[in-house]
Amino acid sequence: MTATLTPTKERPPGLAPQPGRKPAVRRRLRPKEFRATDVGLLAATGVSAFSVVWIVFDQLTLLSGTVGFVICWIVAFLALYWAVNLQVYGRQMAADRFVGALVAIGALCMFTPLALITGFVLVKGIGLISWHLLTATQKGVPQIPTPGAPTPGVGHAIVGTVEIVALAAAMGIPAALLTAIFLNEVGGRFTKSVRVVVTAMSGVPAIVAGIFIYSLWIVQLGQGFSGFAGALALTVILLPTITRGSEEVLRVVPNDLREASAALGAPEWRTTSSVVLPTARSGIITAILLGIAVAVGETAPLLVTIFGNTLMNANPFHGPQEALSLLAYQEIRLPQQAAINLAYAASLVLFMLVFILFVIGRILGSDWAGRALRRGRGSKKKGGDEDFTPAQTRELSNAAALGLMLPPER
Amino acid sequence: MPGSSPLGLDPGGFRRAHYGVPYIGLIGLGIPLGEAIPIGEGVSVSTPTEMANPPGGTGGSRVHTPIKLQPRRSRPDRVYRFVTTATGLTTFVILGLIGLFLFIQAWPAFRAMGLRFFTTSAFQTQGKHPNFGVEAALVGSITIALIAIVVALPVSLASALFINEYAPRKLLGFFPLKGFLTSLVDLMAAVPSIIYGLWGFFVLQSHMKGVAKWLSDHLGFIPLFHTTTPIFTSSAFIAGVLVALMIMPIVTSLSREVFSLTPIGEREGAMALGASRARVIRDVVLPFGKGGIIGAVMLGLGRALGEAIAVSIIISIVFQINFHILQAGSNSIAALIAARFGAGGKLGLAALLAAGLVLFAFTLVINMVASRIVSRTRTS
Repeated sequence: MTATLTPTKERPPGLAPQPGRKPAVRRRLRPKEFRATDVGLLAATGVSAFSVVWIVFDQLTLLSGTVGFVICWIVAFLALYWAVNLQVYGRQMAADRFVGALVAIGALCMFTPLALITGFVLVKGIGLISWHLLTATQKGVPQIPTPGAPTPGVGHAIVGTVEIVALAAAMGIPAALLTAIFLNEVGGRFTKSVRVVVTAMSGVPAIVAGIFIYSLWIVQLGQGFSGFAGALALTVILLPTITRGSEEVLRVVPNDLREASAALGAPEWRTTSSVVLPTARSGIITAILLGIAVAVGETAPLLVTIFGNTLMNANPFHGPQEALSLLAYQEIRLPQQAAINLAYAASLVLFMLVFILFVIGRILGSDWAGRALRRGRGSKKKGGDEDFTPAQTRELSNAAALGLMLPPER
Repeated sequence: MPGSSPLGLDPGGFRRAHYGVPYIGLIGLGIPLGEAIPIGEGVSVSTPTEMANPPGGTGGSRVHTPIKLQPRRSRPDRVYRFVTTATGLTTFVILGLIGLFLFIQAWPAFRAMGLRFFTTSAFQTQGKHPNFGVEAALVGSITIALIAIVVALPVSLASALFINEYAPRKLLGFFPLKGFLTSLVDLMAAVPSIIYGLWGFFVLQSHMKGVAKWLSDHLGFIPLFHTTTPIFTSSAFIAGVLVALMIMPIVTSLSREVFSLTPIGEREGAMALGASRARVIRDVVLPFGKGGIIGAVMLGLGRALGEAIAVSIIISIVFQINFHILQAGSNSIAALIAARFGAGGKLGLAALLAAGLVLFAFTLVINMVASRIVSRTRTS
């Protein structure tokens, strides 16, 4: 694909310029080649657009604030960049460079807020984090901070979040994995409709999952607000996310492995538990961790199920609990700076939790970790014939392709 | 298998020599043993231990009969199938229960208001003459979601195209830019909504105020940008921009996936004809990804409709339809539930649950249609 646009520097001998003839005048366009001159062009255009906008902006003051300035700058830059490339390279190259700059700016618009949000949470929260903050609760903390009164902490919220998410994971992950196995390995009359239902469930708004558990568990069944109710609501959110993630992973597992296993006479459950799931392990772990990372940050379903608590309540089955996200949501609505600071601290802890889960999930899901896992498995193997590595299963699949069954050699 | 049967034997018979079964009789019969074994799921096969004398066998030479198939599954397999299928079917139960219990609990509200529930903007649930409805909240939800999509779509498409078409796989020869950006998109989807809300309230709002004022000052002749009060915070516009940030990752990753499914033949064909990357995007990638983009937009819309926390932090709730998107005061079903929960007595609760049921039905329909569009694009 690239070769068509960027041929190698040496010309093939047949095309070498003949001494008697004039060399071809047509220049070859290579939009994908971005050389030092192009970098210079880009920088110069950016700077000149900036200065033009700065002068005009100061004179006319059409827009106010940074946002308006940046918008004007982008527009001026795009126009200038197109014009410059038109001068230097011609129409086709200019169009390509223009679109390239446009989509790159789009990507910048997308990732800048992420960087700003991360920076915001870090800057606002990092100074507040202390051992006291992580362990203390809001017990006896007055609305308006007075000297001598205890300073608040988020310890009770951390305990609540961890317990609720752990309970939700304990309920949601097995169900999600079994559903994914049903969708991809077992199948049957209901596959299509279950897939539709799972998709529909993944679109259920978080707050609706919350009020569903509220009306079922708290109103209909007469149970009180508790961490467990929150866990039930999070399960409703977790279940479709992890199901869809692991189903995608299971779909990638090559069919040869299943066929090889079946050809060896393994029962279906054995094929799934010993061949399909181990092969898909790293991917499934990623799906689970990403699902949990999303669930950790949910606020809306907890708002209507765990109610919130300023005291430590380590029992998720009885009495209202607190969670990090809920604490931040409640404190941000208060006018005192101390409360808002507590919201910042809770958000930073929450963000770190989500980030760590996310990074672990990504690392475990990467090719590198997958290879390491498999290598570790191979070296630890004792030689049981039911537990084979992907390489072995691939060999077996070759046997299966021949339509022969080879029992293990003795 | 040419060359593997030096004695002129058929390969199947040759293989069988591994475990010491005479194969002489087999050649005569010419039974293609291998083909008797089905490959695939759902049929368990007995181990090849049964040996039998052929009917016309000579001199005691034994022949391997085709393997016996067991059409009936073993007991563990039946248990396995039952358990997974049952778990799969519980999703039906959960979805059904959501609708059922919301309806049961919301019934008092529907009984009190009847069909006027859908055409009333007020939300007066207490007192002798309760008068409440979902109209303003529903219109507000849709307004915010539409603003979010309008803002998010161009940015998402641009970043999807950048990641797919323009970003070098390895920046400066070592940095895996493409994979890094893909991970960042996923991280953005995992950032909790409360953090978006916090940032939106303290940072974004003060910056967007100026933009809103400018839009109102200079484009005020367009009815949408017209304002009647000079308060530009807590508006549907700012909430929409914030929700746009939250749905961008979904729209981006979906459309990126659809773009990456563009047939490579068409792509290379266009390049062979001299098309630049810009032309490839315009003439090949976008036309192929059209269905996927529509699906991604609808999924994003569904997500935007259901966003409660960030929206409720930003907007100030008013119970009338407000088409002046730039000025303070808006409404949204999800934010209304989050803000009013626990206040307003029994009927107030029923009214909120009724609103939730409407939201549930609305997002359900949108998601069904969207996933159908997406899956059709992905398979074709």
